[in-house]
Amino acid sequence: MTMPDEEPVWLDDAAGPVVRPYAVTGGRAKPTNSFNVVALILSTRSAPPTEVGIAPEQARIIHLCQRPLALAEVAAHLSLPLGTVRVLLDGLLAQGFVQVNDPRPAATLPDDSVFEALINGLRQL
Amino acid sequence: MDYVNSERTGQATLPTAIKILIAGGFGVGKTTLVGSVSETKPLRTEEVLSEQGVGVDDLSGVEAKSTTTVAMDFGRITISDELVLYLFGTPGQDRFWFVWDELTIGALGAVVLADTRRLADCFPSVDYFERARLPFIVAVNCFENSRKYSLDEVRLALDLDPDVPVLMCDARKRQSSKDVLVALIEHVKKQGLTRRPEPVGH
Repeated sequence: MTMPDEEPVWLDDAAGPVVRPYAVTGGRAKPTNSFNVVALILSTRSAPPTEVGIAPEQARIIHLCQRPLALAEVAAHLSLPLGTVRVLLDGLLAQGFVQVNDPRPAATLPDDSVFEALINGLRQL
Repeated sequence: MDYVNSERTGQATLPTAIKILIAGGFGVGKTTLVGSVSETKPLRTEEVLSEQGVGVDDLSGVEAKSTTTVAMDFGRITISDELVLYLFGTPGQDRFWFVWDELTIGALGAVVLADTRRLADCFPSVDYFERARLPFIVAVNCFENSRKYSLDEVRLALDLDPDVPVLMCDARKRQSSKDVLVALIEHVKKQGLTRRPEPVGH
């Protein structure tokens, strides 16, 4: 008996993706965003919506991002290229299902308190 | 802060993500360093590039156009609820400058790992970060059987600016890798707000 909310896993990772990335994104090839690899993503809801149809990969992003995860982490967990995840995020953002904190280049140089927190945090590891 | 149970009626405050790049030649220990300090084993993510190095999964003429997949290994260190540090190993030099440009945007700084047996392997990384004006340090990964060079000899061979720190490390050791990251952050802090990274645009 299969669990109703479990995705069928019928290939191991070594087989690689069985569909081209644009098939995952419903044919949309290019994202409108250019989120940084460390842009943090947080779901705005505790579960994928039942009333709106979204792609299974988008539902997985909502599940994964119950805690803030970087774009690169989401891509790694889904085994999808970064560009594909950016396209999926476009849809999720448009519907308000996730929020994204994209560090802009201007935010590159943090203030002294961040440097201190980083140094102290690393020393305490 | 508990993200799972918090009521997210408004916008939640997301942590600040800090990105540090780990560069250097093939086999110099980039992923080893990322793995020795990260809270989980290194993850791998991929960027798909078209022949021209632009666009993602362009549908036009998709059968004819060759694409290249560039893999990047990275790790995460959660400093606090407000601060997360990500370490990104840069993909192979020379061929993937487009990805380097993308990785450099928003990066705090870089560690160039060097192997004294193949010092020339890290020239392109040093050159890249100098041109990108991204603060960096050089960490000499001490391999067994490698002849010991003094740090001054390494500095001379790499023709580094006098203010670029050079230090020895053992990328397999957590403490040593932590010391490297602390050295970089102290260097970036000292550099202050006068420098701003920019894509080199090869």
